[in-house]
Amino acid sequence: MPILRLGDVLVTGLLDELDDRSAMAFVDELTERITREAATGVLIDISRLEIIDSFVARTLSELTTTARLLGARVIVAGMRPPVAITLVELGLKLHGVETALNAEAGMAALGWYRTRSSREGSRGDDAS
Amino acid sequence: MVTTPRETPAGRGWGGAAAAEHRTEYPVRTEEDLLEARHAVRAATLETGFGLVDQTRVVTAASELVRNAYIHGGGGTLVIERLRRPGGRGVRLTVSDAGPGIANVDAALADGFSTGSGLGHGLGGARRLMHEFRIDCPPGGGTIVCVTRWTSG
Repeated sequence: MPILRLGDVLVTGLLDELDDRSAMAFVDELTERITREAATGVLIDISRLEIIDSFVARTLSELTTTARLLGARVIVAGMRPPVAITLVELGLKLHGVETALNAEAGMAALGWYRTRSSREGSRGDDAS
Repeated sequence: MVTTPRETPAGRGWGGAAAAEHRTEYPVRTEEDLLEARHAVRAATLETGFGLVDQTRVVTAASELVRNAYIHGGGGTLVIERLRRPGGRGVRLTVSDAGPGIANVDAALADGFSTGSGLGHGLGGARRLMHEFRIDCPPGGGTIVCVTRWTSG
């Protein structure tokens, strides 16, 4: 999964096919990028995750804690409603992990706002 | 290595009174098997007619159980059965491994218990996500976990 940089925010996401090895590689790469690019915010889009089990939950928690120790605030965005319901029943509260309804709300929380001109510019090709 | 699910005659599942319509067995030996098992469980829940939230519950429970078998049990097998009983349909998952077994099942079911890379919510969480839950640790070693979820209709 690519990690993009927008100013001092890193933007990335998790795919549903996350296995242990790729999860560890992802955490390593993201922490390295936070340090190298002095990022103060990280947006992780999880809208493609069809499930979050205790392994993925642990990965997100540890990543958030590690990033915070490096001075970056992590926002996990776009959790699917069935995933949220299942997580609660599973007993996982994702303590300390900040969330946002979608990537746009997450970026706004990290200080990125959609301006009037960008809103007008995107009118017509915005499916919603 | 290509792992093909092995189809066996229905109705020979472990621990069940309801009739099994369909039964498939999957190996749980590699990381790729974990993903393959999840996909197969998702397909079975779709076939059974579960809604999206129930699909997510069953696939999440399956993910916890096959990961347990892979990490703690040294690998094993997953059997997926699609069931029918008067007034509903269901999916039963039986995950067995030949590992050391679980010394204290009650402790393992409590939240926060972990000897591996999880959060210690796997077994207890899987129990909460499913309607029926059985765990068996035979004296000779190994662990068998059998969980079922039924449609509400």
